[in-house]
Amino acid sequence: MDQFLQQIVNGVSLGSIYALIALGYTMVYGIIKLINFAHGDVYMVCAYIGFAVTTYTSLGFIPALIISMAASAVLGMGIEKIAYKPLRNSSRIAVLITAIGISLLLEYVMMYFVGAEVRSYPKLLTEKIFNFGNIIINLQQIYIVVTAIALMVLLQFIVIKTKVGKAMRAVSADKDAAQLMGIKVDSTISITFAIGSALAGAGGVLVGIYYNSIDPLMGMMPGLKAFVAAVFGGIGSIPGAMIGGLSIGIMETLVSGYGNSMYRDAAVFAFLIIILILKPSGLLGKSTKEKV
Amino acid sequence: MKVFNKKNILTLVIIVVFYAVVQTLISIGIINSYYEITIATICINIILAVSLNLVTGFTGQFSLGHAGFMSIGAYVGAIINMEMNSTGGFLIGVIGGAVAAAVVGVIIGIPTLRLKGDYLAIATLGMAEIIRVIFLNMEITNGAAGLNGIPRYTNWLWMYVFTVITIILINNFIKSSPGRACISIREDEIAAEAMGINTTKYKVMAFALGAFFAGIAGALYASYFYFLKPNIFGFQKSIDILVIVVFGGMGSITGSVVAAVLLAIITAFLQQYSELRMIIYALLLVVIMLFRPQGLFGTKEITDLFKFKKKNERIE
Amino acid sequence: MSLLSVEKLTKSFGGLTAVSNVNMNIEKGELVGLIGPNGAGKTTLFNLLTGVYAPTTGNIKLDIAGNIKEIGGLKPYNITKSGLARTFQNIRLFKDLTVMDNIRIAMHQNVDYSMSQALFRSNKFYKEEDRLIEEAEKLMDIFKMTHKKNELAKNLPYGEQRHLEIVRAMATKPVMLLLDEPAAGMNPNETANLTETIAKIRKEFNLTVLLIEHDMSLVMKICERIYVLVYGMMIASGFPAEVRKNKRVIEAYLGEDV
Repeated sequence: MDQFLQQIVNGVSLGSIYALIALGYTMVYGIIKLINFAHGDVYMVCAYIGFAVTTYTSLGFIPALIISMAASAVLGMGIEKIAYKPLRNSSRIAVLITAIGISLLLEYVMMYFVGAEVRSYPKLLTEKIFNFGNIIINLQQIYIVVTAIALMVLLQFIVIKTKVGKAMRAVSADKDAAQLMGIKVDSTISITFAIGSALAGAGGVLVGIYYNSIDPLMGMMPGLKAFVAAVFGGIGSIPGAMIGGLSIGIMETLVSGYGNSMYRDAAVFAFLIIILILKPSGLLGKSTKEKV
Repeated sequence: MKVFNKKNILTLVIIVVFYAVVQTLISIGIINSYYEITIATICINIILAVSLNLVTGFTGQFSLGHAGFMSIGAYVGAIINMEMNSTGGFLIGVIGGAVAAAVVGVIIGIPTLRLKGDYLAIATLGMAEIIRVIFLNMEITNGAAGLNGIPRYTNWLWMYVFTVITIILINNFIKSSPGRACISIREDEIAAEAMGINTTKYKVMAFALGAFFAGIAGALYASYFYFLKPNIFGFQKSIDILVIVVFGGMGSITGSVVAAVLLAIITAFLQQYSELRMIIYALLLVVIMLFRPQGLFGTKEITDLFKFKKKNERIE
Repeated sequence: MSLLSVEKLTKSFGGLTAVSNVNMNIEKGELVGLIGPNGAGKTTLFNLLTGVYAPTTGNIKLDIAGNIKEIGGLKPYNITKSGLARTFQNIRLFKDLTVMDNIRIAMHQNVDYSMSQALFRSNKFYKEEDRLIEEAEKLMDIFKMTHKKNELAKNLPYGEQRHLEIVRAMATKPVMLLLDEPAAGMNPNETANLTETIAKIRKEFNLTVLLIEHDMSLVMKICERIYVLVYGMMIASGFPAEVRKNKRVIEAYLGEDV
């Protein structure tokens, strides 16, 4: 039982990070129907930025977090402007291929400039361990979950209560109608990318702190898993991404703990394929049919 | 129209002559073992690219898991050949590997090919990853340590024969009714269904055929490079093949052939700078999509150039 | 029995009922019109008839030479194979393919060689390919498209694209043709050609035609009978003269001026 609860605890903190990344996927998909393949790599780049900020300056956790989030917002918006916006009226395959290209570009440019080896984050947060019976909770895990929740609450607030959020929901529902209503579609899309990328960036810094290691290819697997999470929760649904992220995180730690950790990644993919075949709209998503 | 017409005989002659020329160059040593590796890579990549083009370029089904089928062909072919160490065993291995890949293609294809666009891409990516993890954990493949001591039967003759067969068969498929059915699926799947085409059947058919030839490429690879590891056949390999297809033109067999040659040459030049190569590949993908999405040849073939000449002659 | 009988056909999408308890009978050789305001469910009805949607309840029966077949819920390609072909409201041609290829693809179900015969180019393959080209050229000749046979579908002028949609549907050798707003966006010249084409289809191919249209002068001129669909329900049916005077129809759709 204790093993099980421990895995749950670990799963929740891992899942919070997946949720942060998944939110970016779901928001972008909701608004322009694109799976941003490069999203996982934005997460990676900002983990590095966080690394650079904390290693080469004396700034602490929160400033580093804010700077990384700002940087990833800029990166996300830049990618959208350069690579996705020109292809807004092209075929889905074309945009997908471009996204893959950007993803590879980020990975290998990073590798070229900082080298492929793993770097470790400096100690940003005090190491403190809480014991609940036989279950260990790390202070860092608490930081991760609390930060993630705070950011997600902030996001919900923005989406539901602000004008910007309303614009985002309008463009998601019907881009042309929103434009006719006077909503600036281009800037709304840019802001969506900015917010989504900022969240991923936060995830990157948190991962750097928790797992203590970053490398240029660290974005691939979490990126794909966060995508699975977004699909599971219902792509286009923000609460769905949160639920999905937590679920995938817990599922992963359980498979790792009880099964073969080598099969861990394959299990996530198998899960994705099953969802896509049985219920592609996920838990909270809406199914849309093509008009004939 | 009959099989033995002027065009086909001319093609056959060109094929044989080309083979002979290169074989001579190899025999007298002008093409040394370094160049031979490049040629082998080109042949294998042509087979991979043309077969992926069938699925993605001609039928419009975006598959990111082609390397998975290559790995099935490689392992099955290698294991068969290791059991039967002879040229016959080698050939049985190649065909066996291809058939195994095709069977897996059908099994994977039937449930996943009803997905569209982005979802299909990720599902095929996932499938290839699952295949890789399975191979990583099997005893017969020796897992992560890799499979060693595969007999080496691939040479210029077999490379060439299988490459030519692949190009001819896939071209024959495209220029036939089932092939046109696949193309119509790419153009407008709903209209294709309305015209009496069982789109699921043809998507799976194209997928399985693509897998079959990827299996052949895999088996050839195994027998040439005589060492296999599951990580060779990861996402990066699928991307490599995709870049060739996109660069050459999705929907052009000629494009895939030309692109395979060009990219192999670029890779050979950039051998020391492997990261630079990936950066160039990535840039290629982005730049092509932004500025020339039809790639080098679009949906045209080299034979279209000749048709154009003929048309002009008739007007005169 | 009628060629096409639709009985108590209903289609609901979640809470929304798009087509409700529709009954329809179409006899062999008839030219029937289906009219109604936008959003009435006409295309949904077509989609039910052609397999794009499966009925929620109700039957659709096709009676071809005594063979009665329930086609509700079948997949589109099976319905086409059974003899029902359609055109689309928003043209769905194979845009990057030639006119010849568009037509040849529609003949696919009648092609008699297997995949391996195609791969290895048996004599049967060559014979069938020649036959396909011959038949396609015959069809194009009948419908006056021969001069455009190598033209890409996307390069055809609008009226010719709509024309090709119909010719392509004819290539599936149907017994009944469903035309979804074939005159949409056409100028009077093109509409006149369309009328000619439909007449030719009925005379030379003995085809039954059901068409959705908003062009009332066309409908009133060529349709032998008319069904009127409003909010998913069939509110009237009968000869054009009757329908045009029907109070409910005038109220819901036609207005006073027809």
